[in-house]
Amino acid sequence: MNIFKKDKRKEIKNETPLERSNTSTSGQSLVKLRVFRINAVQNPNDVPHFDEFQVPVKRWTTVLDALLDAKSYQDSSIGIRYSCRMASCGSCGMKINGIPRLACYTKISDLDTNTITCEPLPNFPYIRDLVTDFSQFFDHHRSVMPFVKNKKADIPNVNELTEYEQTPQDLDKFLQFSYCIKCGLCYSACPTVATDLKFPGPQALSQAYRYLADSRDSDKSKRLKVIDTSHGIWRCHFAGSCSHVCPKGVDPALGIQLLRSHLLGLSNSEKKLAKLHDRSTNSYREGEGE
Amino acid sequence: MTSDNTGNNRNKNKNTTTKWFSNVTLIRESQIMKIHYITAVGALFVVAIHIMMRLIMPFNMSLEFENVILNYKNVFYALLLESILILIAIHGFNGLRVILLEIRQTQIWERGVNILVIVAMIGIIAYGTRTIIIANGFSLG
Repeated sequence: MNIFKKDKRKEIKNETPLERSNTSTSGQSLVKLRVFRINAVQNPNDVPHFDEFQVPVKRWTTVLDALLDAKSYQDSSIGIRYSCRMASCGSCGMKINGIPRLACYTKISDLDTNTITCEPLPNFPYIRDLVTDFSQFFDHHRSVMPFVKNKKADIPNVNELTEYEQTPQDLDKFLQFSYCIKCGLCYSACPTVATDLKFPGPQALSQAYRYLADSRDSDKSKRLKVIDTSHGIWRCHFAGSCSHVCPKGVDPALGIQLLRSHLLGLSNSEKKLAKLHDRSTNSYREGEGE
Repeated sequence: MTSDNTGNNRNKNKNTTTKWFSNVTLIRESQIMKIHYITAVGALFVVAIHIMMRLIMPFNMSLEFENVILNYKNVFYALLLESILILIAIHGFNGLRVILLEIRQTQIWERGVNILVIVAMIGIIAYGTRTIIIANGFSLG
């Protein structure tokens, strides 16, 4: 079976792009891949344009597979950033057919079209082709101090160290926000980030909530000070697009609202919201089970 | 190692900026937004009373000059109009400030917008209060 696959690959490799575009072997259909091209670092005056590639796809082919196919057999200069191929690293975020998605997590068969347009993530500066600069994004992430800070943890004697007890209820308050893989899709979909570069963005704000809600953390006031500025959390329009595009099911918009309620002194509302969220998730699961 | 140092320096700079900014800021954004929401709820309440008062007689009659002046002469109604003026001015001008802050992110713009909005808000409230006082029958000289 493997030998057959290898032979097939060789055949495809030997064909010219023109010959390939007319090929449609059994079980393999062809899609048109439109890839955004720019080299902003080497040539700041480079005019952005789209290059088109005909790529053979199968039922399980992802956009990343298609891009790597085009890179391997048609144009090796395509710039893509990727790593794990399983939606864990968050490297391959890009705008696919107008929506920010992970290329490794988007199957071409799910897109219901024969033309796949791949563009770099909006709200990020271009580096090359589909690769964007995440410096600002990570700066915002760093600014909310995304780590547990506890003064009691500075115990010089190692023997006195004990583990922090945390109830499942305490964990539930922030668990979904800890699934963030920092892929930047929410940041790219945010309409406020598009206009206000100082706005931390949904990722940083939801992470601020994640550590604020953590019962082990004792440095809440510092974190709240960072986000409670004129370009901070209050500039969120609550468009909800961040939650819509998140590939890991995190709801940054909910995190932002919970954080706002903390700042307004309505911290009890987080429990109610968490319960509501829990109830809606359970009813959804029950509905799926039926 | 180098990148770590750069990262630390960046954080140090950021912290200094935040400290400096927090010293300069007179009121926290959450406090401003609390005022924004409270004035919204308050305005909704007083405007509802104001509209209901228009409906106790035929609408065209309620807008006649004599009726309007009579409203101003009633102290309670004058206070209601004053509260509408203050609540809507605070809420509206803060809304305008929020929109303008998103356009540009420089310190000069931010300060300029804040000062302009506060001055305009005070100006509108002062002018409206003057109208209410004059219509109420008090002379301002």
